[in-house]
This record gives sequence, structure tokens and C-alpha cells, in this order.
Amino acid sequence: MDTNTKTLGEALRRNGVTRRGFLKFCTATASMMALPPSMVPAIAAALEQARRPSVIWLSFQECTGCTESLSRSHAPSLENLIFDHISLDYHHTLQVASGEAAEAAREAAMHANEGAYLVVVDGSIPLGNPGYSTIAGFSNLQTLEETVAGAVAVIAVGTCASFGGLPKAYPNPTGAVSVSDIVTDKPVINVPGCPPIPMVITGVLAHYLTFGTLPELDHYGRPKAFYGTSIHDRCYRRPFYDKGRFAHTFDDEGARKGWCLYKLGCKGPMTYNACATAKWNQGTSWPVESGHGCIGCAEPDFWDAGGFYNALSVPTGEISRNASYAIAAGVGVGAIAAGINQRTRNKAVRQHAEVTIEDLEKR
Amino acid sequence: MNDAMDFLLWARGTAFDVALTIFIIGVIIRLFEILSLGRPRSLAEPKGNQLLPGMKSVISRTLPDNGTFKRQPLTVIAGYLFHIGLLISLLLFIPHIELFNATVGFGWPGLPNPIVDAATVIAITGLLAALWNRLTNPVMKLLSDKEDYLVWLLTFLPLLTGYLAYHRMIEPYPLALGLHILSIELLLILFPFTKLMHTFTLFLARWYNGAMSGFRGVQS
Repeated sequence: MDTNTKTLGEALRRNGVTRRGFLKFCTATASMMALPPSMVPAIAAALEQARRPSVIWLSFQECTGCTESLSRSHAPSLENLIFDHISLDYHHTLQVASGEAAEAAREAAMHANEGAYLVVVDGSIPLGNPGYSTIAGFSNLQTLEETVAGAVAVIAVGTCASFGGLPKAYPNPTGAVSVSDIVTDKPVINVPGCPPIPMVITGVLAHYLTFGTLPELDHYGRPKAFYGTSIHDRCYRRPFYDKGRFAHTFDDEGARKGWCLYKLGCKGPMTYNACATAKWNQGTSWPVESGHGCIGCAEPDFWDAGGFYNALSVPTGEISRNASYAIAAGVGVGAIAAGINQRTRNKAVRQHAEVTIEDLEKR
Repeated sequence: MNDAMDFLLWARGTAFDVALTIFIIGVIIRLFEILSLGRPRSLAEPKGNQLLPGMKSVISRTLPDNGTFKRQPLTVIAGYLFHIGLLISLLLFIPHIELFNATVGFGWPGLPNPIVDAATVIAITGLLAALWNRLTNPVMKLLSDKEDYLVWLLTFLPLLTGYLAYHRMIEPYPLALGLHILSIELLLILFPFTKLMHTFTLFLARWYNGAMSGFRGVQS
């Protein structure tokens, strides 16, 4: 592959990206990653000179939504071009070659870039039975372990790869686990979201290309630059939450006026992602802006977290039913206790002997 | 990896169900126990009215008493600060109202968050002052037993964890929220079996005190 020797700068220029457009992207990347403006030239220089890193993309138990999100913008964006021009040596959803040729490409890339290639994984890994998900006759677990052995780092794209996601939702029929449950001896960067924001993936790649290191991660292994603040703290509807102005249904006055969606089940307060700032569809909008609460898709077990339309503070059980049972039981036991009290008292009354003056004078 | 979320789901699910059930059953049993004792049958014709003096004492004993204030100013001030702060943060915080709405089927308007936040700080300050008073005042120290300190802790933890969760001082957030909910579950479970029952019995007791004074007849 001769394109491997081209730098990213050459590749972008060949695709008609202007210097101005490129620098704008570098500035946006720096600000997204909370780097000082003085870093922009460094990023530009590093990206300009960067050789295309070899990337092997593995898809396990997934819905291809992550790949769709990253590869199908309406107009080719810079993020997309950078994404397109990494040396994506294996991606079985996108690649033209198939069967043994595809597997051969993966093995060739692994040998040629031993210890230097990146592995991107979308989808969870089933441990229940290897036969639940196989590629080219290999179980997902085998493929992952073999491919990761010579990798420099693993990027888990999407909530399935990061946390198990939808396949792991109760009752987890396939025994699905996340990449970080299996890969423990290599850095794993989690880029959760269902799907994740394209800019976040390119941001991580840009960070790697610029500094040669991986970005700073939070306690869930997510890049802090993108997952450092909650949706709630960055939400443009936050002032309505603080003032106590809420939409109560999806078509009431509050909803039309764009008030807070907390009562309609918005999971913004517990969800850490960059949707509120990066937005979707090339900056058009994002879920809360379009009138629907955040469903918390970048958090572990979001599918089981108590219903998308229940307010965050509402317990997950059937509380009204349980409370009714408890009241009934309380009344029942209370009535028994009252009966015992009454009996004790009646007994005391019965044992209360009448004493007359004559009785007292006898003594 | 997902421990914090599992913990939150457990706290919001099974643990909450268990705590709420114990709380409801316990409170109802305790109230039955007290009310079923009843009052002795009066053999004398009362000269006074019981209802109005009863209601009057419910109000008068809710207001600060001048004598107590002079003797124990801190008890009165800390007590009021804490209770007012607690009631505001418990009953007028929107997420709490949503919880009541889901449990009892109706809700009410809340207050803006900065006000609730301030009320929480007032309640926490009041509780700390009350503890300081309990530890430094020789009479209070003598009167206090283990239950008093337990009840103080049970009340303090929900306020503290709620404040920390709201300000995101514990990471990750599901852990913060889970700890807050768990601290309330502890409170709910021990509520019926400690002096926390005063929440339900104080108005009964105050009414009864006033009613006895208003009775004005021979109690046989």
C-alpha cells in the first residue's frame, strides 16, 4: 500500500482541503481537548507530518450504528477525511475484500506494524458461547486476543465495546462483556455513546498523532477532554432546571418553550458526553435541543437504568404497588398489635379488685 | 467497571423497596400501638373544650418558648435552622417531588435549586451546631445516649451525600447518587424504631397536652 507512506497533510491537500480549513480543524480539536491556543500550531505541524497509522477495526456484537455514524455524514467533513485517511487496514463492514483476503489483510497489517498499530473495536464480546458471534470461523474472543497482542492501544468505540451496551442488557443472554473486561495489559480508551460522536474518535486519533500518547482518561477510561463534564452541566436548558421550569409532556407549553426535560426522564445529570457542545449532524442539533431528554447512552448499563421516561430520582421498582402492600401489611400487623394491647388492658381491668372501706378497716 | 452503576440500580431498586416496606409497616404498627391504647373513659362531665386548646398547643409549642431560649439559645436556634432547612430541601427540591409523585401519585411545585442548595447548607450547619451543643453542653452530654448520636448520623448523612451529589464532589455520579439514596434507606429502615418517630407523633402529643389542660374535669 503506497498510500501508507503519504503524510496526513498530503492526503488532505489531495482531497481539496485548504490550509485554512485544516487550521480551523486543528483549532477546534485543541479547544475540544481543552488545550491552550498555543498548542494549535503544534497540532497542525504534527498532523501535517503524521504518517497514517495502521488501524485494525474489529466489529463484534454490534449493530453497525457506530460505523454508520462515523462514515455517513452528508458532506465529507474534515473529521471524515482524517478518519478515511488513517490506514484502515481491516474493517469487515467497509472493506471491499472479503473472506480469506480480508483476514490476510488483517494479518499483514499486524505483522507489518507489530507493536505500533491501533485496534478499534465496536461491539461487545460474548463469553456465554463462542458460537454466538464468529468471524471467519473464529470466536470474537479469539480474534480480539490475537489482534490485540501486537497493538499499541485499543480504542473501544461505542457503548457495547466500552461497557457491554445493549447485548449486556438484562438478562444478558450471550454473556456479553466489554473490551476492558478482556484486555487488561494494554491501554484501552473507551469512547462510549450509542453511537459516539465522530469528533470524539478523530479527537482521540488527533491526540495520538500529535503527542504520540493517549489522552487523559477518566475513571471509566473515557478521554476527559470529551467526557469531563455532564450533559446537564453543559446543557443550554440548564437555567430552566435551576429555575424549576419543566416540560411535563412532550407537547405542553413547557415543551414548546424549550424548558427542562428532567421530569420527562432526561438522564443528562448522570451522563458524561460532549453532545451539548459538539452536537450532531455537523453541528445541527442534539437530542435535548430537538426536544427529547438524554437517554444516557454513554454510561454503563444505560439500557437497564430505570426507563428512559422516568425521572432520574424515581426508583426503579414498582413502588406504588409495594407501598400498597406495605400499608396493607402494616394495617394487618398493627391491628394485631392493637388487639394484644386491648387484651392486656382488659385483663388488667378484670384483675382490678374492688376494695371497700370495710376491707381496709379489717386490716 | 460498572460497579457504580450496579450499585445505583440496586439502591434505586431492591434496597429502596425493602427500606420503604420496612418504613411503612413499622410506622403503621407504631401508630396503631399508640392509638389503640386509647384514652381512659371519662366518668366526669368536663367543663372545658378539648379540641381548641389542643390545637392551640399544637401551634404554641411549635413556636419558640422564651424561657427555653434564654436557657438554651443554641438548642432553639440550631433546632429551627435544621428543621426549616431540612423541610425545604426534602419537600421542595424538584427531583424529590418527582419521587413523591411516583410514590403517592401527586406532586407540588418546587423551589429553584439555588434556594434549595442554600437551605441544605443551613440544615447541615444547624445539625453540626446541634452536635457541637450536645458534645459541649454538660447537661446535654449527660442526657444523650447512643440513640441520639445514631439518629443525628442517620439525619446528617442524607443531607451531606445529597449536597455532595448535587455538587458532583463524588465521582462517578452514579456512586454519589447511590450513596445518597442508600443513606436515606438507612434512615427509613431505622425511622420507626427510633425517636425519629417524633415526625408523626409530635402533633399527636402536643394536641393531647393541650387537650388535657382544656379538659377541666376530673380524670378517673
